[in-house]
Amino acid sequence: MSDRAFSVVRAGALTIVQDLGRPGHAHLGVPRSGALDAPAHRLGNRLVGNPESAATLETMLTGCAVRVRRATTVAVTGAPCPVTVDGRPAPWGAPCHVPAGAVLDAGPATHGLRSYLAFAGGIEAEEVLGSRSTDLLSGLGPDPLTDGAVLPLGAPHGPPAAADAVPHAGPVTELLLPFLPGPRDAWFTEAGLRTLTTGRFRVSPAGNRIGLRTEGPPLERARPGELPSEGMPLGALQVPPNGQPVLFLHDHPTTGGYPVVGVVPERFLAPAAQAVPGTPVRFLRLRQGGQT
Amino acid sequence: MRPLPVGEHGLLIELDDAEEVEALHAELLRRAAADALPWAGGGAPSERRGEIVPAARTVFLDGLADPRGLIAELATWDIPPLTAAGRPTVEIPVRYDGPDLADVAALWGSTPDEVVRRHSGTAFHVAFCGFAPGFGYLTGLPEPLHVPRRDTPRTKVPVGSVGLAGPYTGVYPRSSPGGWQLIGTTDAVLWDPRREPAALLAPGTRVRFVPVETAR
Repeated sequence: MSDRAFSVVRAGALTIVQDLGRPGHAHLGVPRSGALDAPAHRLGNRLVGNPESAATLETMLTGCAVRVRRATTVAVTGAPCPVTVDGRPAPWGAPCHVPAGAVLDAGPATHGLRSYLAFAGGIEAEEVLGSRSTDLLSGLGPDPLTDGAVLPLGAPHGPPAAADAVPHAGPVTELLLPFLPGPRDAWFTEAGLRTLTTGRFRVSPAGNRIGLRTEGPPLERARPGELPSEGMPLGALQVPPNGQPVLFLHDHPTTGGYPVVGVVPERFLAPAAQAVPGTPVRFLRLRQGGQT
Repeated sequence: MRPLPVGEHGLLIELDDAEEVEALHAELLRRAAADALPWAGGGAPSERRGEIVPAARTVFLDGLADPRGLIAELATWDIPPLTAAGRPTVEIPVRYDGPDLADVAALWGSTPDEVVRRHSGTAFHVAFCGFAPGFGYLTGLPEPLHVPRRDTPRTKVPVGSVGLAGPYTGVYPRSSPGGWQLIGTTDAVLWDPRREPAALLAPGTRVRFVPVETAR
């Protein structure tokens, strides 16, 4: 392997390769996958001069550490965390120079869940159906990182974009999820729909890249049973028999039989990638056209 | 045809039966190939890509620029009834040696040999895919031959297992848990992401199962 590569020193709780995913294959049962906090992924790539579609690392809670073989520009975005290069403090949310052989460590998230490590040139893991994303539902794409693994990097694209003003979003103290009702809101009673918009919900610890689970009052159904399986969108608020909505994230199954009470548009999903268990959730009903 | 908006860019079209689903799906594929579907996003038409996901009673479209505009347009479409002509047909060799073959024969009030004869004599087609990449839900068996899932799902169904559940036949593209009644095994590769196309079975594909000798 060329010396454009890095080795994994500390894989962390769950670190995976992500790009913008593989949409267009849902009819074959292939989830779209892709970075959950897409704005953070895109920003990281811009900071190191990559196209936004280049592959980055997505960490979970505990961060990760890698040793680069050749001097490389790296940016850490998403969940804020202490960044060091060979033990010396380095900036978060800005391009940082990592000398050949040095260890870049993105520490545990100070708030939020998922940090992104963008490398100049991007991670050149093997593409599957046009994407390098790890799909945790169906097992497509690169395996989650393990200590000692080596991943190749591409050739740098040139100088980074002029400095972005890096938005340092505060902690997600309340997860606001605006949604458009339907397609199966008629499967719920008026009271059930009111529960969705007025009830106290929290982020459940049982969530993952497939779906963010909520805990709260169950939504009352107008009719029992399941639907014949039907296509499921990203952002679906699917309601299983326990009545507690699950927000479908990027690795969601492409079909399902539980009713979808509403859909959160993609542009509102990034905060869901950073909401820690216990965070209060508020569902806000949108009118068609996007205004509340 | 009952179209239901799904979020900002999606449309779920409910239909009366599987034949209508297949006919609309075929029409949507024709229009997509002719670049006549209004996908959202800029750039070259060839780079715009939406999802067309048929299922049991619905077709789901995602990535549309204007779902409500398409609802009005759909009403004016003249959708030709489906013909088998021009559909790809795949033959899947099967060893009818599944652990549930005798149970299925009992459910059919029949014998294992008769199960093999009826199953391999049926013209199947892929109604839709899901569950796992490359897993097709194949219809074609008449209603009296529909069987329930097993009471207790297996924690591990081997890759290539051919199973029955409800109105469907399916082939496991990889080893996974599953509750279908297993009647046989194939060496056909259902899913290979390095192959083009990756999936042997896509919605609309015609399928015949061809019995091969069990190696015993």
